[in-house]
Amino acid sequence: MTESDNQGASPSRRSLIGWGGAGLALGAAAAGGAVAMTRTGNDVDPVAADAGAAVDFHGAYQAGIATPVQDRLHFAAFDVTTTDRAEFVRLLKDWTEAARRMTAGKAVGEGAFGGLPEAPPDDTGEALGLKPSRLTLTVGFGPSLFTKFDLAARRPDALVDLPAFAGDALDAARSNGDLCVQACADDPQVAVHAIRNLARIGMGKVVIRWSQLGFGKTSSTTPDAQTPRNLMGFKDGTRNIAGTETDRLKKFVWVGEKDGPDWMTGGSYLVARRIRMHIETWDRTSLQEQEDIFGRDKGEGAPVGKAKEHDEPFLKAMKPDAHVRLAHPDSNQGSTILRRGYSFTDGTDGLGRLEAGLFFLAYMRDVSNGFVRIQRHLATDALNEYIQHVGSAVFAVPPGVRDKDDWWGRTLFSKEA
Amino acid sequence: MRAARHSVVTAVAMATALTAVTACTSKSGDEDGERVIAVTATDSKCETSKKEISAGHVELAIENKGSKVTEVYILFPDDRVVSERENIGPGTKQRVTAEVKAGTYEIACKPGMKGDGIRQDLKVTGGSAAKRDPRLDKAVAAYRSYAQAQADETLPKVATFVAAVKAGDLEAAKKAYAPSRIGWERTEPVAESFGDIDPKVDVRADGLEAGQKWTGWHRLEKALWQDKKIGAEEKTLADQLVTDLTDWQKRVGKAEITPTSMANGAKELLDEVATGKVTGEEERYSHTDLVDFKANVEGAQQSYELLKPVAKENDPALVTELDKQFAALNALLDAYRPNATSYEFTAYDKVGAADRKKLSDGVNALAEPLSKLAAAVAK
Repeated sequence: MTESDNQGASPSRRSLIGWGGAGLALGAAAAGGAVAMTRTGNDVDPVAADAGAAVDFHGAYQAGIATPVQDRLHFAAFDVTTTDRAEFVRLLKDWTEAARRMTAGKAVGEGAFGGLPEAPPDDTGEALGLKPSRLTLTVGFGPSLFTKFDLAARRPDALVDLPAFAGDALDAARSNGDLCVQACADDPQVAVHAIRNLARIGMGKVVIRWSQLGFGKTSSTTPDAQTPRNLMGFKDGTRNIAGTETDRLKKFVWVGEKDGPDWMTGGSYLVARRIRMHIETWDRTSLQEQEDIFGRDKGEGAPVGKAKEHDEPFLKAMKPDAHVRLAHPDSNQGSTILRRGYSFTDGTDGLGRLEAGLFFLAYMRDVSNGFVRIQRHLATDALNEYIQHVGSAVFAVPPGVRDKDDWWGRTLFSKEA
Repeated sequence: MRAARHSVVTAVAMATALTAVTACTSKSGDEDGERVIAVTATDSKCETSKKEISAGHVELAIENKGSKVTEVYILFPDDRVVSERENIGPGTKQRVTAEVKAGTYEIACKPGMKGDGIRQDLKVTGGSAAKRDPRLDKAVAAYRSYAQAQADETLPKVATFVAAVKAGDLEAAKKAYAPSRIGWERTEPVAESFGDIDPKVDVRADGLEAGQKWTGWHRLEKALWQDKKIGAEEKTLADQLVTDLTDWQKRVGKAEITPTSMANGAKELLDEVATGKVTGEEERYSHTDLVDFKANVEGAQQSYELLKPVAKENDPALVTELDKQFAALNALLDAYRPNATSYEFTAYDKVGAADRKKLSDGVNALAEPLSKLAAAVAK
C-alpha cells in the first residue's frame, strides 16, 4: 500500500474536541482526494456539519463512539481463523491502513481502476464518487479472542461474559465473535463498502461470523439535534451522553488509567444486542398503554406529568414497570451508558412479520456496572412483552489510533507497548 | 456451469493474446519461392525445407507422402495454434499461410491426426519481436497437455457411465456418474472457452435458456436420483453426452490459453466451488458436490503449480499464502473421504450448515489470494 495521506491537512484531534470531540472535518474532497479543511474552531456547530465530511481517524479515542451518530450502520463480527500471531498483527495493520484511507474518502490500496486489466482491483469501487460521509470505523475485541495468541492474561476483568438475562432468545449465529468492526456513515453504501473491503482484506485470516445493517439512528449523541425515534415511534436517547460532555464521557465511557489493564486506557467496552420488536402486536396496542410502557408521551417525548422532552422526569409518577423508570440512572445506582443503536428491518420472517427491531449498541467504561446492571433491572420492564433479545455480543474497544504509524490493537499486541 | 457467464479464459485471452499473427489458410498456390516452406509429411517424418525465415507472410506447401491422413500446424512455443490444416489425405498436397512475427515457432505434422505430432523448429527473424517468457510458454504448454490428458482420461469413464445408462442399470449408472465428471471439472475453464459444449453437457435445469433442450450430465443425474428410472430418452441423451464430450476432447488442444488465463481460470474454478458446489446446487439430486469440489481445486492447483516458478519470483508472499491455503483447503476436504486417494466423498446433504460455512470460508481464503495470481505472472 502507498502512504499518501495528507497529514498536514488534517486537524489535530485537540482542535476539534472543543466543538464536539467528534473530529468533523468539513468540506472534505470527494473519494480519491485528500481531506481538505475549510473550517475549524469552537464556533462550528457539529450538528450542522456537512454530511459528506470526513471524520478524523486518528485520536486518543477511537472515532465512532462519541462522534455524532451518523445515519447508517454496517456492523460485522468476525472469527479469527489464523493461528499465526504475526499474521494477525499484519492484518490489523493492513486494516488500519485501509480504514485510514476509507474514512478519508480514499480508495483502498491502489484503487478501484487503472491497474492491471487481468487482476481484480484493490478497491471494490462502489464508493467511488461518494463523499467520505462521516465514515467512522471502530474495532473491538471479543472475549473469545483472548483465548487465542496467548492473550488470556491480558483479558480485562471488566470484559465480562454477559450473563443470561430473563427473556433472552439468543441465536448463536447472531452472537459473539473474536472481533468486530462498527462502520457508521451518513451513506449506507459507504458503510457497506468499508466492511466489504475489510472482510476481503481479512480473507484467509478472519471470517465474518455475522453482520447487521442499520438505519435511522435511535440514539443521539448530539442533544441539540432532534431526538430520533425508534421503530416503536418513540423518541430514543433523550438522556444519552453527548459527545461534548467530556466529564460524563470520562466518568461513564472511557477506560481510565487506573481501571486496568494498561492497554485499554482510552478504550471502552461495547455491548451489541439485536433486539427484535414484535411490531405487529405493538401497533395494535393502545396509545395510552404505549405511553405507559415507555413512561413518556409519544408526540413530544415528555416524561409522565411533564410538558417538555427534556424536563427532568419524576420517576414515581410513572408505572413501576415503565421502561424509562427502570432504565433511568437513578434506578440503577447512577449507571449510565452511551448508546448509539440503529433500527433494522431485514425483510420479513416466514410468517410475514417484519423482521425488525433495534440493533442496540452501547459503550461503557465497565460492563458489569453498565449494561449488566441496567439490563438486570429491566427484567420487569413492561416493554419486554414487545421485544426479544435475539443476538448478543460484548467487545473490548481499544484506544484510538494516534497517528499514521499507529495501528488498531497495538497496545494489546505490541510487546513494547 | 452457470447461465450467461462470460468465460474468463476467452475474455482474458482476448485482452492479452499476442497480436503477432493473423492466420489464414489458402488453397491458391503461389509459386514456390523464398516465402514458401516445403513440408514433406510421412507416417514417421515431418521434413521442412527451411528452419529460418524472415518475419511476414509465410506459406507452407505440404505434401503427405505417408499412408495416414495427417494434419499440419504452425505453433507458438506454448502450443497455441498460429495456423493449421486438417485432413490432408495420403498422396495429397495442401497449403497453409500465416503472417508471422519474429520469434520461435514449431511446425508439427500429426500422422493419424493424433497426439503431439512430429515437430520441427522454425525461427522467424526481423521485424518486431513477440516477446515471451519461455518459462510461461512452458507452463502453458504443460497445462495444455494436462487439459488434453484430462479429456482423454474422461472419455472412457463417460463410456462406462453411458453403458450403464443404456443397460438400464440404475445402480451402476449412479456409481459411474461422479467419476465421469472429474476430468471435466478439473479443466472446466478450458471447456467453457468453447461456448457451445458446456451448455450441452453441464447445464442445470435453472441454467436453461428459453427454448433450450436440457441435455447432459445433470439431466441424467435427475433421471437417476430423482425420477429413479431410465427410459428411452435417457439412453438417447447418454449417447449425445459421448458425442459432445468427444467434440470437447478434440478441441481441447486448440483452446486459446495464456499465462493469465491459466491464473484466472484457476480462480474461476474456485468461484465455481463458491457459487455452485458449496451451496449444494451443482449436484442437487446426487449430492456428489464434494467430488466436483475436489476436482475444481485440483484443476486450480495444477494451473497454480505450473505458474508458481514465475509467481514466486514476482510475489513470494503470494506464493507462500497460496501454498498455505491450498494445503488448508485440501486438508479440509480430506476429512470427507476415507483416504487421500479416494474420490468417494461424503454426500453433501450429510454436510451440516456449520461445516458448509467452514468449507466456504476455506474457499474464500484461497480464492482471494488466487485472484492476485494473474497480476503476479503478468508483471
